[in-house]
Amino acid sequence: MPSKKQGYSLVERYLPYLLIAPALGYLLFFIGYPLTQGVLLAFTDQNGHFTLQHVYYLLYSPSSNFWPALEDTLALAAVIIPIQIMLALGFSLMLSANFKGKDMALYILIIPLTISDVAGGLIWYSLLTANGFFNKLFMALGIINQPIQFFGYQFRPMEFIAIVLAEVWRATALVFVIIFAGLQMISKEYIEAAEVFGAGTWTKLRHIIFPMLKPSVQTALLIRTLFAFQVFGVVMVLAGRDIPVLAGEAYYEQTVLYHYGVAALYALIIAAISVVIGYIYIRMFKAQYLREVTM
Amino acid sequence: MSTPGETPPIRYYLLRILFAGIVVLSCTWVLLPIIISILYAFSTPQDFYSPKMIIPLHYTLSNIQKLLALGAAKATMNSIIVAVMTVIFSFALGLPAGYAFARFAFKGKDSLKLLIIGLRMFPMLVIAVPLVTLYIRLGLNDTLLGVALAHTTMALPFVILITSSIFVSVPIELEEAGYVFGLDRKQTFLRITLPLALPGLTAAAIFTFIMSWNEVFMAAVLTLTNRTLPAFILTSAMAAPDIIKFAASFIMILPALIFVFIARKYLISMWGITVK
Repeated sequence: MPSKKQGYSLVERYLPYLLIAPALGYLLFFIGYPLTQGVLLAFTDQNGHFTLQHVYYLLYSPSSNFWPALEDTLALAAVIIPIQIMLALGFSLMLSANFKGKDMALYILIIPLTISDVAGGLIWYSLLTANGFFNKLFMALGIINQPIQFFGYQFRPMEFIAIVLAEVWRATALVFVIIFAGLQMISKEYIEAAEVFGAGTWTKLRHIIFPMLKPSVQTALLIRTLFAFQVFGVVMVLAGRDIPVLAGEAYYEQTVLYHYGVAALYALIIAAISVVIGYIYIRMFKAQYLREVTM
Repeated sequence: MSTPGETPPIRYYLLRILFAGIVVLSCTWVLLPIIISILYAFSTPQDFYSPKMIIPLHYTLSNIQKLLALGAAKATMNSIIVAVMTVIFSFALGLPAGYAFARFAFKGKDSLKLLIIGLRMFPMLVIAVPLVTLYIRLGLNDTLLGVALAHTTMALPFVILITSSIFVSVPIELEEAGYVFGLDRKQTFLRITLPLALPGLTAAAIFTFIMSWNEVFMAAVLTLTNRTLPAFILTSAMAAPDIIKFAASFIMILPALIFVFIARKYLISMWGITVK
């Protein structure tokens, strides 16, 4: 917006940069410095000489959990994300209909947005533990005779399921708001036009709504994938290191084993994966973002 | 499929009942786990460990009290201090930038905005591990200030983008009226833009508070004795009996539930949704 007052032009010209500079400087320092420091930690020994010892430890040491952690992080993402996309699509379509209590339903569905991963894990622990809600309920109904065990190393597959249940419950709301926002932006005119030509519900979904939702679904998919590589709190609460994940191993190497170089390496790996995913996201987003300002 | 006008009434009502059932089921799926965990947090141990008591009948505050006595009281206080500092820092830095993006046209604006959007995607937890080295040198390790500075890094891109969209939503005509009546940019901002943006900014501030309140990885890596609540739960409360853990989850979700209740309108607008 050019200023109406010519007298301010010089100040006005530099003002936006002055307003942005502190925030940008802060971000560049607090991201740039740790990343540089992280590279140093990961690739030098105590004397500051270049070394690959941390890399060898990470990849080959029997005490390193890198490969299982990578595998489980990917496995969790591969199971959780498709379920979340399907559920979020379903919720979005559900809330695009008009019905009494629609606002209420919307507010309820977004509650998990504000619930932390640690709390989400604990909430599902209260449902799934041996004395938890579901075990007591199913025993009272006579469906099972003794509690189904979800927790403990010998029940790793069940722990995996518990994490999936908790993460689907907690983080579907994020996918939902992205897809729902996309659905809101589809012009009613297209749908009305289709109705004029006699399109039924399925035709409308298949030929108008799904194609037009594609960008939002892609966005949601990428953001969720990004977060999947940072999964930490919910896994620590429900499975500890039974199900190793990348962020959990970084935490363990750092705070329990004091392998700062290895922990820094984990951090760099998570950052690198995210930058690649983020790059794809930015490329996609660039075209979209000028059209409307989303947060 | 036939058009609604030709639909037989019976099928129409069955579909409506089915739809209502799906809505109720979806809402139950979100609400039930929260309600159960809260009931269990206040359950007496006898009721919780009794296999017959699906829903406890006797309630007590002792789980919360025991948890607080274990160190959660101090951790809760720490979390509040860190979150308030994070809100102050990230708004002091982010609000001017958000205003600049909303109200100025300048060279490089699009690239800078894309940079911020990109940084929002950056996995901030990775900075925690290398930050420890810097913090030890600066005496910031295991301090609440140190955690707040890291949380500010995480929250800042969000604050810039949210405040920017809030300022964009303030009608520019009102600011122009201010200029016409002889106010300069600063006065216009303080007397017109800021008051109009205040409700949205308040919601954004609470949102930032929750973001810091919920963060666990950086807090757990950067502290040792001055744990925030999630870091405390992760490192200490996990060894406690189950009902103490449920009490911990209750304290964790309390601010979030209050926030959803008060600011639900803004929560939705902040995610870019328009509800008619």
